[in-house]
Amino acid sequence: MPTVAPLDLDAHCLVAAFLGDVPFFALVDGAVHWLDHGHHHADLCDGMVSATADPASKRLLAGGEDGKVVTLKAGGEVEEISKLSGKWINSVAAGPRGSVAFCAGRAACVIDGGGKTFEFSEQRTIEGLAFAPKGMRLAVARYNGVSLRWIGTQAPPVDLEWKGSHTAVAFSPNGAYVVSSMQESALHGWRLKDNKDMRMSGYPVKVKSLSWSAKGKWLATSGAPAAIVWPFTGKDGPMGKAPLELGTRGDQMVTCVACHPADEVVAIGYTDGMVLAVRFGDRKEAVMRRGGNAPISSMAWNNRGAQLAFGSEAGECGVIDLSA
Amino acid sequence: MSETANPIPVTVLTGYLGSGKTTLLNRILSENHGKRYAVIVNEFGEIGIDNDLIVESDEEIYEMNNGCVCCTVRGDLIRVVEGLMRRPGRFDAIVVETTGLADPAPVAQTFFMDDDVRSKTRLDAVVALVDAKHLPLRLKDSREAEDQLAFADVVLLNKTDLVDEAELERIEQTIRAINPSARIHRTERAAIDLEKILDRNAFDLQKALQNDPHFLDHDHPDHVCGPDCDHDHHDHDHHHHDHDHHHHDHASGIHDTSIRSISLRAGPLNPDRFFPWIQSITQKDGPSILRLKGIIAFDDDDERYVVQGIHMLIEGDHERAWKPGENRESRMVFIGRDLDDEKYRRTFEACQA
Repeated sequence: MPTVAPLDLDAHCLVAAFLGDVPFFALVDGAVHWLDHGHHHADLCDGMVSATADPASKRLLAGGEDGKVVTLKAGGEVEEISKLSGKWINSVAAGPRGSVAFCAGRAACVIDGGGKTFEFSEQRTIEGLAFAPKGMRLAVARYNGVSLRWIGTQAPPVDLEWKGSHTAVAFSPNGAYVVSSMQESALHGWRLKDNKDMRMSGYPVKVKSLSWSAKGKWLATSGAPAAIVWPFTGKDGPMGKAPLELGTRGDQMVTCVACHPADEVVAIGYTDGMVLAVRFGDRKEAVMRRGGNAPISSMAWNNRGAQLAFGSEAGECGVIDLSA
Repeated sequence: MSETANPIPVTVLTGYLGSGKTTLLNRILSENHGKRYAVIVNEFGEIGIDNDLIVESDEEIYEMNNGCVCCTVRGDLIRVVEGLMRRPGRFDAIVVETTGLADPAPVAQTFFMDDDVRSKTRLDAVVALVDAKHLPLRLKDSREAEDQLAFADVVLLNKTDLVDEAELERIEQTIRAINPSARIHRTERAAIDLEKILDRNAFDLQKALQNDPHFLDHDHPDHVCGPDCDHDHHDHDHHHHDHDHHHHDHASGIHDTSIRSISLRAGPLNPDRFFPWIQSITQKDGPSILRLKGIIAFDDDDERYVVQGIHMLIEGDHERAWKPGENRESRMVFIGRDLDDEKYRRTFEACQA
């Protein structure tokens, strides 16, 4: 049985992440807590709406209810990089070489590592942002599709149209696919070489957590009583193939998934706070955390894949250690 | 999914420009009523109060990708409500202000169609503010003003000091012709006891019936309001509690617009006829039906069935056992545009057991 080192905090955990071997927990009240030879914390903003780990730059990026866009370096240094007064920063994204993107309402802004800014807006509210792996393009989720923008150019965006509201977006690690999550409890994907559509539907609830496995061979997702894991190995991606259903439970929903950085294993968090690790090949399950008081809201592995940081909607956070 | 035991009540505030919404919001935010409200506004605009629980949000109407044109939700509300509900404990209730030209349906439908919103909040009431002086004109030139009245659970007839009593009577008749079950309060400068508009449980028909057992009776000529009728539409310095509810066949002169209500009555119904009927009528007329409400007596069923809907969305459930001696009658009210009165009456009656 893996050991669980709990860290009980008092607000919904938006993002649990490792920067190096230090676990960080970003909470909706605007504070970030981390465990580095003791418990530290810093207040980034007054109410946190969005956050993401930025492992390339060893920092955390957060957007506030107070309009602040703030970074926290692994060493604990807080820097405000922008402020849109009176706006909620609905989404933030981190790219390679220090690039960040954030949005409020229909407007978005990219700031590259050199401090150059690039602003644009969409016809409808921007719901999600994601950098392409090389950081040259940005995917923007919005109503009726996803826009792909070349950062720093005036070139018109490539519009990937699909009717309905797209609330989150992600690139595959090889940059070949873009996948969005929809209000209608489905995923939609596009193969970028020909913009071919891929529909991934059948979820009972909205998909709020996506995680690519090592080398992008699989895409694990929440939104069902099991982790739904789509194969992206063939040239057509998941089209015409059935997904794996891992860690099925009759009475709980999967709320969060995190693929192991090296092995074909996914950590699965549930509505009751349980965490399982499940191997793709033989579907073998191992209990990582028995449960808690609230749904798991975020999880992340460290680079070596020996520790898993987790957080729940009630602020029950902690680190699960498999090496012990 | 787990439903929250105490969902947060949400009040939707509609009303065209100049009806007094900002005045009312300022009162909700500044008065010492012991409750904390998170307020979702379209623009900070004239709300001169600094409060980090005021959230600005662009109205974003999203059509659901299910082929139904009237299945719309407010995407921005889903996002903001989700964000607010991640930090519960900061507020006791949410107020959503809509723009003057807003269609209230997507707002209300969000509370039915989005599982996350639905599991953590409940739509408490749709409150429409109208300006007594300008309502007649608005009803002539704007479809939205009419929609907002049709959707309302509570109507604040504001700026009553600008018109005389006879005109107020006429305006109330007009409002009743559009929406017979809304509670009407007369106000000046939006001065109203906030308890009359907030945390009312007015939207949910089951709850509304618990608060006011005669909820759907008030439009009926035989109904005499008694002490348990909790609809104080004459709560002003004004008392002829006459309930001469001005029947819709002679809608008052200023109501020359297209929305009206149809009140239906019948004996016990056969469920095998009623359910296909309501399915088909809402499928066909859904875009024209703004709201529907009903209390249904089914043949051989000791519990009364309560149904309500918006456009094509309908919800129903058994409410409680019929009381001994209670008249087991089925009643429905449809509020909509260009509905065929005669057809509704005939087909509803054909559902009788």
